Amino acid sequence: MSLSREKDFGTPLRTGSTMVTLSIDGVQTRVPAGTSVMAAAAKMGTQIPKLCATDTLEAFGSCRLCLVEIEGRRGTPASCTTPVEDGMVVRTQTKRVADLRRGVMELYISDHPLDCLTCSANGDCELQDMAGVVGLRDVRYGQDGEQHRTIAADDSNPYFTFDSSKCIVCSRCVRACEDVQGTFALTIDGRGLGSLVATGGPDFLGSECVSCGACVQACPTATLNEKSIIEMGAPTRSIDTTCAYCGVGCGFRAEMQGDKVVRMVPSKAGKANEGHSCVKGRFAWGYATHKDRITKPMVRAKITDPWREVTWDEAFAHAASEFRRIQGAYGVDSIGAITSSRCTNEETFLVQKLVRAGFGNNNVDTCARVCHSPTGYGLKTTFGTSAGTQDFKSVALSDVILVIGANPTDAHPVFASRMKKRLRKSAKLIVIDPRRIDLFRTAHIEADHHLALKPGTNVAIINALAHVIITEGLVNEAFVRERCDLGDFESWARFIARDENAPEAVEKVSGVATSEIRAAARLFATGGNGAIYYGLGVTEHSQGSTMVMGMANLAMATGNLGRAGVGVNPLRGQNNVQGACDMGSFPHEFSGYRHVSDDATRDMFEGLWGVSLSPEPGLRIPNMLDEAVEGRFKGLYIQGEDIAQSDPDTQHVTRGLRNMECVIVQDLFLNETAKYAHVFFPGSSFLEKDGTFTNAERRISRVRKAMAPQAGLADWETTLGFAKALGCVFSYAHPSQIMDEIAALTPTFAGVSYAKLDELGSIQWPCNDSAPQGTPIMHVERFVRGKGKFMITDFVPTDERTTQRFPLILTTGRILSQYNVGVQTQRTANTIWHDEDVLEIHAFDAENRGIRDGDLVAIQSRSGEVALHARISERMQPGVVYTTFHHAKSGANVITTDYSDWATNCPEYKVTAVQVQRTNRWSDWQEEDRASGDLLRIIERKADAAE
Amino acid sequence: MSAVKLVRMANQIAIFFRTQPDEAGATAVADHIKSFWNPVMRREIYAHLRAGGEGLEPLARAGLEALMARDPVAHESVTK
Repeated sequence: MSLSREKDFGTPLRTGSTMVTLSIDGVQTRVPAGTSVMAAAAKMGTQIPKLCATDTLEAFGSCRLCLVEIEGRRGTPASCTTPVEDGMVVRTQTKRVADLRRGVMELYISDHPLDCLTCSANGDCELQDMAGVVGLRDVRYGQDGEQHRTIAADDSNPYFTFDSSKCIVCSRCVRACEDVQGTFALTIDGRGLGSLVATGGPDFLGSECVSCGACVQACPTATLNEKSIIEMGAPTRSIDTTCAYCGVGCGFRAEMQGDKVVRMVPSKAGKANEGHSCVKGRFAWGYATHKDRITKPMVRAKITDPWREVTWDEAFAHAASEFRRIQGAYGVDSIGAITSSRCTNEETFLVQKLVRAGFGNNNVDTCARVCHSPTGYGLKTTFGTSAGTQDFKSVALSDVILVIGANPTDAHPVFASRMKKRLRKSAKLIVIDPRRIDLFRTAHIEADHHLALKPGTNVAIINALAHVIITEGLVNEAFVRERCDLGDFESWARFIARDENAPEAVEKVSGVATSEIRAAARLFATGGNGAIYYGLGVTEHSQGSTMVMGMANLAMATGNLGRAGVGVNPLRGQNNVQGACDMGSFPHEFSGYRHVSDDATRDMFEGLWGVSLSPEPGLRIPNMLDEAVEGRFKGLYIQGEDIAQSDPDTQHVTRGLRNMECVIVQDLFLNETAKYAHVFFPGSSFLEKDGTFTNAERRISRVRKAMAPQAGLADWETTLGFAKALGCVFSYAHPSQIMDEIAALTPTFAGVSYAKLDELGSIQWPCNDSAPQGTPIMHVERFVRGKGKFMITDFVPTDERTTQRFPLILTTGRILSQYNVGVQTQRTANTIWHDEDVLEIHAFDAENRGIRDGDLVAIQSRSGEVALHARISERMQPGVVYTTFHHAKSGANVITTDYSDWATNCPEYKVTAVQVQRTNRWSDWQEEDRASGDLLRIIERKADAAE
Repeated sequence: MSAVKLVRMANQIAIFFRTQPDEAGATAVADHIKSFWNPVMRREIYAHLRAGGEGLEPLARAGLEALMARDPVAHESVTK
């Protein structure tokens, strides 16, 4: 595939039904009202010269290169800032404007170094291009203008440089940081020829910059340039693919030289991100070729043995023989698998097929068990389907945004930029979170209400909000009457009106002032389009599923469903966690969320797969580990997950793993779980395979192979090899054939194919005969289940209580630069922003314990103890401490407990009673983990294999 | 799995369903456990129930008794 570049229309394209007809260079054209003359010309194929304009930014009109002549108008207006009008006659190329453009270019070039041949942007520089387009042949002013050559380039950022000498002060970077990213880290300092882009800090790294790359993307010269381009040169080919980090699912162009990635460029055609990116997707892809990658299959008899490299066939045969031996000795149900939310839909589908058809049981689960399984249960119960209701662009029409238990600027940064854009315009913001997240107060945004509740009281708060709406007559009765089950509504309304749900009562348990609860409820009910966005702060509780239903109740009661700007929207953590759930990764469901006990569904799968399938639900991840500890569950195939780090109560997890006789880990790296494995299948990164990911808005997007798998097999081929060794006949030559099988077996995917994905770019499920182009917004005229179902959501305090011994509540979360358990991001330069997990603690709690900022502190819970450095933080409320779980050495999950959601077993990560005190040593677990970690990872390489 | 853990999980389920208006609570508890608990877990909790069911909330007990009466795995041994 050759190098492709997306067309730049100069200013954003407009949509709308009002059309305007005008003439450009003698050709009639019709465009939506509000379109600029520049974009109208570009749409008909005429590129008007430009420098300060680009279609990801609103017009600025500073460079004066895009001047045109318009009949009946004086002068030469800038085409970027001039909207089209009916009957307008435009000339884009006259002697007058050509002379003016050349004059403008002369001024630019007089202030710009002419080192084009050695410049890193050579061939990819709009200034160079425009000099050619305007026919610049001479610079009457010479080249002695102010070139700022005495200012050293700022290379503080690990991924890009800033070189003032190349800057033409077009402000595209400043505007991108403001309009696209919403960080406002850049400005123009000085005047005239002394004007410079400034960061407001000592350098880029020391500024507010979040390294999203929007400025680099917008820069028309080499002023802001990727270090990879400076080092390697320009790409020669590109491949459209999808980011493998968070659940936003940004479209990217992998720009390559041969089989080497030169840079990842966010795609404007990517409907999830529309040309934007974050520091992870844009820059942190180096892990894919990191030296730690394991590229040969390995086996060992005991976990204390060194790993022995073997061929793929030997690895498959050994793994299959072990699994069959275990089943022979301990029963059919003694083995299982975990699918990966980092792998593709097709790979996930194959693993669950292997379990159901090959292992002969339903012991398959996925990491959604420990994150968004309550979303599936709660939304299916109330609305009828296990997914969010909106597309991302819906937020542009929201009037009140309710963010609950989510930290979008860190965990879903590209969507957060969309949200911030809407908030800067006019939308109101309500934050429900124990911590003061960044969104609470950021550039030109301040939350209207922050309900800083005590961890574990979500349900009480959502009930109190609903109580205000019910008792103050703020229900959208027309919506409820038409769309919801009235009997359920009436029962719910009676329940919610009880005194125990009144804000005055809830204040006592949640710590949130009655006045704030009432004001937030009134705003949400009366402020226009109300949209709920939530994260793991909702789901990872003992009442996670109840809280999801509580939010659904609130949305139904206020009529905030079924159109743009509203909805109940989970912000999914990993890139394909939605897809993993869709593909039948849960032990009780086939693809499309159909229970294994449903005879008609099972018949369909049995017919196509040619085997008999179990009608009983399998074991969930926590159940598998419990059974392993009991000695009855003996074999586990883990594709792309690291349960020894990510799952709660680490010591219980590792006890279970140690008790198993064959653990197979398929991953890019020897992760924490691999320390307890007997077989290692080397995995393939998203750059090394074909497939699809499904993001948080149900958008299915293509992943395309940019380079050969480092280990020789893509992950789907590895599962096929393992299946074959187990005696299963799975025949696929390409992942597109797996998708065809998914479509044949899954009604919500019936219309999905690779051909359609290529045609449409991406598709939001359901996609079938009823919705051949997909479904951006769910439940438009009716709920999937018919009538919306209100559920009673009684608040039940968690059993995890603070005591004299454990007086503080620990809650956990993520940070922008890191991803999940860190195996990827910690093998990139992103470590510069986060080299360890720290414990955030309020000054009051710190002072009570004699803790100073930076002290090493021991955190103890009933599950275990670890030590972290303390950071005194005003984000925290007294009584609550917080840490991230990105570093294995931290052992954050050594402290978390085995308490879980009542409906789904999703662990209660967000509430752990702890004590914190100063210490001068790492915990016993940390010392032991460090001592044993290397021993359990020794690889006995053959002489030739080491080369 | 430990009986203590299974009892806690069953009680959590019962606590949710005891406030729901439109379903017989015991049936809802039974249906939920049948839908989401593997036979291994069900056999364990039935064994605990037969041994007296210590710690079970009344609705959890009622739900499990109703389920046990119609669940084929109730007659299988715990070690299966």
